[in-house]
Amino acid sequence: MSDTLLKVEDLKIGARIYPPGEKPRDIEIVHGVSFELEKGKVLGLIGESGAGKSTIGLASMAYGRGGVEITGGKVWVNGREILGTSLRDLRKLRGTEVTYVSQSAAASFNPAKKIMEQVIEASLHQGKFSKKEAEARAVELFTKLGLPDPENIGDRYPHQVSGGQLQRCMTALALCPEPDLVVFDEPTTALDVTTQIDVLMAIKDAIRDTGVAALYITHDLAVVAQVSDEIMVLKMGEMVEHGTTDQIINHPKEEYTRDLVSVRSTQHDGQQPTDNPVLTVQNVTARYKGTNFDVLHNVTMELHPGQTLAVVGESGSGKSTTARVITGLLPPRDGKIIFDGRDLSSDLEGRSRDDLRELQMIYQMADVAMNPRQTVGTIIGRPLEFYFGMKGAEKKKRIIELLDEIELGEAFMDRYPAELSGGQKQRVCIARALAAKPKVIICDEVTSALDPLVADGILKLLENLQKIENVAYLFITHDLATVKAIADSIAVMYQGRVVRYGPKAEVLAPPFDDYTDLLLSSVPEMRLGWLEEVVTNRKMESAGN
Amino acid sequence: MHPVLKLVAQRLALGILLLFAASILIFAGTQILPGDVAQSILGQSATPEALANLRKELGLDEPAISRYFSWLGNALQGDLGTALTNGQEITKSLGSRLKNTLFLAFWAAVVAVPLAIFLGLLAVRYRERWPDKLISAVTLASISVPEFLIGYVLMFYVGVKLGWAPTVATIYDSMSLGQKLNAIALPVAVLTMVVLAHMMRMTRAAILNVMQSAYIETAELKGLTSFQVIYRHAFPNAVAPVVNVVMLNLAYLVVGVVVVEVVFVYPGMGQYLVDHVSKRDVPVVQACGLIFAAVYIGLNMIADIVSILANPRLRHPK
Repeated sequence: MSDTLLKVEDLKIGARIYPPGEKPRDIEIVHGVSFELEKGKVLGLIGESGAGKSTIGLASMAYGRGGVEITGGKVWVNGREILGTSLRDLRKLRGTEVTYVSQSAAASFNPAKKIMEQVIEASLHQGKFSKKEAEARAVELFTKLGLPDPENIGDRYPHQVSGGQLQRCMTALALCPEPDLVVFDEPTTALDVTTQIDVLMAIKDAIRDTGVAALYITHDLAVVAQVSDEIMVLKMGEMVEHGTTDQIINHPKEEYTRDLVSVRSTQHDGQQPTDNPVLTVQNVTARYKGTNFDVLHNVTMELHPGQTLAVVGESGSGKSTTARVITGLLPPRDGKIIFDGRDLSSDLEGRSRDDLRELQMIYQMADVAMNPRQTVGTIIGRPLEFYFGMKGAEKKKRIIELLDEIELGEAFMDRYPAELSGGQKQRVCIARALAAKPKVIICDEVTSALDPLVADGILKLLENLQKIENVAYLFITHDLATVKAIADSIAVMYQGRVVRYGPKAEVLAPPFDDYTDLLLSSVPEMRLGWLEEVVTNRKMESAGN
Repeated sequence: MHPVLKLVAQRLALGILLLFAASILIFAGTQILPGDVAQSILGQSATPEALANLRKELGLDEPAISRYFSWLGNALQGDLGTALTNGQEITKSLGSRLKNTLFLAFWAAVVAVPLAIFLGLLAVRYRERWPDKLISAVTLASISVPEFLIGYVLMFYVGVKLGWAPTVATIYDSMSLGQKLNAIALPVAVLTMVVLAHMMRMTRAAILNVMQSAYIETAELKGLTSFQVIYRHAFPNAVAPVVNVVMLNLAYLVVGVVVVEVVFVYPGMGQYLVDHVSKRDVPVVQACGLIFAAVYIGLNMIADIVSILANPRLRHPK
């Protein structure tokens, strides 16, 4: 086959791991994966974290990230085997024949250099274009990718453009040297849903117009369905299924693929509000210290006992700031917080220990919310000691109860956070919050950093615990699918204001205001042609533009 | 006003304030010392009348505060008073000493700073391999040996045995630049060895820290060579910590070279200060203290300002 661009045969990749308290050892993380990619085609690599997607993507440039090493197999690019070649030859391949777009453009651009300099660097270095030609090509790509002011955006520094724009600049960086293959590694995962659509559409158009081939890596099947010709499903470093996009989405053969396609088994019938809310946010206006503009404007919402209020919006909409006001970390300029019938002090110092106990928090990053040098038992035991003065056998008994409630069990008591998976860590954080017997738990993007199947498990657990403990959740998220799965009431926030608020059934029923409509329509759907449809039907520009 | 200008102006104002505070400390410190200037001039056998007369003549009978302000006022106009021991104007004799010290410090810095940064880059390029280990070992060894010992060892082998450089570094105004440089070759070598390790290790650490960033991977995936990745992409982001250490070492080169000056009989500030401390010549000690404080604060202020200017987020706000 003359038009085969990339051929991977029995690729094996290993890594050295450093388990705490043990000797480093080598493990295999990709176990003999093979596939081919024709010129101009897009192959989606999909799977959960640890499936080996990024590792395989980078192997097409013969690159191992960190301690990762390619241990076996062969990779051909344009008919040349690249794993056996010298570093000098590889450097000629990287940045010209094969280029890479990473998940976080914000981290992948050098903060000290102008965007243009970085976009054209590879072309100049490899002698592909003169400076003038490369700059002209970059401007052309900026235009094609829908960036504002394409003539001058290159003169800016990375921090001077928005996240969505920077992700498009990264795409320009990858396309500038006219590569044959671009590896897109979760290029839209870090973006808001509405921005994701713009970037996705820009990438899709760019791929079509330049005729470049691509490996598109993501954990989101609905996203990959929009851009790829074929999809390969990976699990734990092995191929599960490989087929056309239509076949994988509509007729998956393997059970694991079916799970991925039909994730979100959580169903929740919204309850009606009661007469006595447990938490009321009343006309809160707030700004950060040292700034002269309000980030919250007259925000009002109610949370009812044993129910879930979902606060939804994009980054910068004021969701987390609302949580900071409720917890007393940011005293509001105006308005008040009423908790269980009493006014809460606006700042942390003025709150009693019971105020603190009854209002708990769970964070997005379970990793950094736990002390890595404490065992799970110590972490969960701390609030028991602090709020209830428990000690010894009594404390241990309660810790084990809590561990059972979060479906981990007694065996986890002596483990350290580093020994837990992402989902397990989040469960421990939930147990720690529950240990205080709170009336309200604020969940700040608690499932955003997790794989879909794991996130689904966490949502189910939260729902069960709500029934048992009658705890109310203020659930902050940017993910509308999560909202549908868990909420009783919904507050939609946009630029520091609540733009839509009410019981779930009302908020999610038409007629919609423009922003809610944009938000709802931006959630990727798992069918072919969805992207084009939504782009043509949009009423409002997304905030990321 | 541009936010960077504001930040820089703030640093400058803080620096001046700090220098003012340092002048108070220096003045107060020399006042607490037992005995007074009149006593030290006239000696133990002076009569009380003679002491009182001299105190009046020197203005010592006035309260400390007014003496401080007249001292500070004169110092601001460039008059640091007269030395008690030889009656010379301090500004004049200090001026030539300061010039010599700065001359030595300047040439030591010209050799040491680029060398340290280059060795730091080299150590990163070959990290955990033999060049890295060799560089670390040599620089750490040279910082661990007392500088007077290095001085004498160099003097003996390079100066006496090999005869490549003079062992006495005394310089005169009448010498040409070439002669002067030849004279200070050995002290420059010693000072370089003393300050090299600190700057080189900071460069290495700061760059290694940056090497973990995602944009380094981007640069590698563009097909750049390791050295290009380090100096084009890592170094510009490691400037701030490196500059801080460089400035601390430059300050050391000006303020802390007493031992080297004595070993090589170099007519610099350090020697001048030590001489007059032993003679209890308070005005000279005060003047030296003020100059040293100014150099220290000035260099650190420059480090701060360079760090601010090196940050693109501050230089180019949204």
